Amino acid sequence: MNTQSGLSTPYPAGPQPAAPVPMPVTRPMYWSVRRELWENRSIYIAPLVVAAVVLFATSLAMIGLPRRMRAFPTLDPAKGHASIVMHFSMAPAPIMLAAFIVGFFYCLDALYGERRDRSILFWKSQPVSDGTTVLSKAGIPLVVLPLIAYALSVAAQIFLLMLGTMALLGSGQNPATWWGEVRFFQGLLIMFYGLAVHTLWFAPIYGWLLLISAWARRSPILWAVLPPLAVAAVERIVFSTSSFMHMLGYRVTGAMVEAFALKPKDGGNIDRLSQLDPARFLSAPGLWVGLVFAAVFLAAAVRLRRNREPI
Amino acid sequence: MACIEARGLRKSFGATIALDGIDLHVEEGRILGLIGPNGAGKSTALNAILGLTPYQGELRVLGRDPWVERDQLTRDVAFIADVAVLPRWIRVSQLLDYAAGVHPRFDRAKALSFLAKTSIKRTSKVRELSKGMVTQLHLALVMALDAKLLVLDEPTLGLDILVRKQFYDALLNDYFDRNRTIVVTTHQVEEIQDVLTDVMFINHGRIVFDCSMEDFETRFVEVMVTPEHVAAARALRPIHERQVFGRSILLYDRVDRQQLAALGDVRTPGIADLFVAVMGNSANQAQGAAS
Repeated sequence: MNTQSGLSTPYPAGPQPAAPVPMPVTRPMYWSVRRELWENRSIYIAPLVVAAVVLFATSLAMIGLPRRMRAFPTLDPAKGHASIVMHFSMAPAPIMLAAFIVGFFYCLDALYGERRDRSILFWKSQPVSDGTTVLSKAGIPLVVLPLIAYALSVAAQIFLLMLGTMALLGSGQNPATWWGEVRFFQGLLIMFYGLAVHTLWFAPIYGWLLLISAWARRSPILWAVLPPLAVAAVERIVFSTSSFMHMLGYRVTGAMVEAFALKPKDGGNIDRLSQLDPARFLSAPGLWVGLVFAAVFLAAAVRLRRNREPI
Repeated sequence: MACIEARGLRKSFGATIALDGIDLHVEEGRILGLIGPNGAGKSTALNAILGLTPYQGELRVLGRDPWVERDQLTRDVAFIADVAVLPRWIRVSQLLDYAAGVHPRFDRAKALSFLAKTSIKRTSKVRELSKGMVTQLHLALVMALDAKLLVLDEPTLGLDILVRKQFYDALLNDYFDRNRTIVVTTHQVEEIQDVLTDVMFINHGRIVFDCSMEDFETRFVEVMVTPEHVAAARALRPIHERQVFGRSILLYDRVDRQQLAALGDVRTPGIADLFVAVMGNSANQAQGAAS
């Protein structure tokens, strides 16, 4: 985008009160994202509330930590490890889930709500292109929400780490054994990886939701959800196969399958770097096909926003 | 250079033709009133000028193609439509921050000094403001944007007469000057008669009448004819005749004022009166052509 292109045909407006200030291209984007956070405070409030609830519950569970630590040497290593780190390492999961759910509903309303309340006429009278607008809205589930979820998850774990340490010190135990099992710093990397792969994997879902949000005249949630299910049902009835349903299921759970190398004995716990498999994830066709779809959906959403009128 | 230049502007929604080949030429420093019945194509024309809708034909606004360069054009064009478009959840302070963020020449002090004259609080949300206050707030933004073209689509709909008067006063005193242009559509024609420099009637997607207000005042004369002169008055080919309280009021285009003064009380007609005359005549012509 060249902000100076208009100067080739200058508009002689008599004495100019102020020289045209060249504006960095990033400014409309920055203010568009801020405007989304003003309007949709659930973007940070919902994960915050979930984090508070999770912290409350896990804090209670931390009371039992000294007792479990004492039992730890007597247990089988894998089982013992799970019993003392589970509350700590599982705490971020609900926070991240909340962020993904907020992203889902945010996308459905992002380009629909502004048409319904006619404020699109105001936003379109501002010098912000449709491309910038749609990208700023896509940036919420793709960048902002994962960052919020990550920050809250790290904060929650730091809090739990301090709480567990105090509980152990209070019962006269050395917390170093627990710290060794918790592996806090590895956890930071694993959480980041987990959020990144899921966000990339879900990108076409967000793109689809934004597209429907830009297109639907009413009930975008039904338009977003029912047609894919209808396709699956038709396939099932006509061909007695369910490959479309499998594809949908793969889109929801595929990141877990492709990005991690889990063994049955891990018991669903992910707390070692050796469980991450970025090479397989990056070579999974599902990732790249998904990203292409996401780009196509977003491009279509930009076109639709340009053409659509208030409803 | 013209502020708005259109040639053969066309737009149809399916089988409905909203704009049927409109030619427009609006110089800067003019205040153009676009008058027409509902569904005449006014809003479609404004939407085309604002880059909100695609169109056929040629259209240049401030030298740009609005559909292709909307985001560039909106730096110099401001738009107030039937008030309800300001997002209801936004705070006044957020609105100012946002406008200052995306507009290169936003003058926050100007907006604040305009708001200081109102009872709008900076912490208020738009949904807490009355309809009149929302219009004032929108106007405060427009003042601070330093826009070259201001497009108003029924800006005073649903406002009481006091607010409507304040709105146009503020527009003339605090915003308008020789370098700016205003295009306004409204059904409250009488109120803006003194504000306009040009008037245009639009019907069925076509411009049926186009005149500057200077010409308007010299061309058109309305006579309340005394009963004994009615026959003589009709012989002078009025473009419209109506009855008020049993008296005939005849409207003339380019007929000598002196001659008419002998027939009764002479005055300059309202735009609304001329509108009724022009629309009535074009309806009659359409009927005549059909039969």
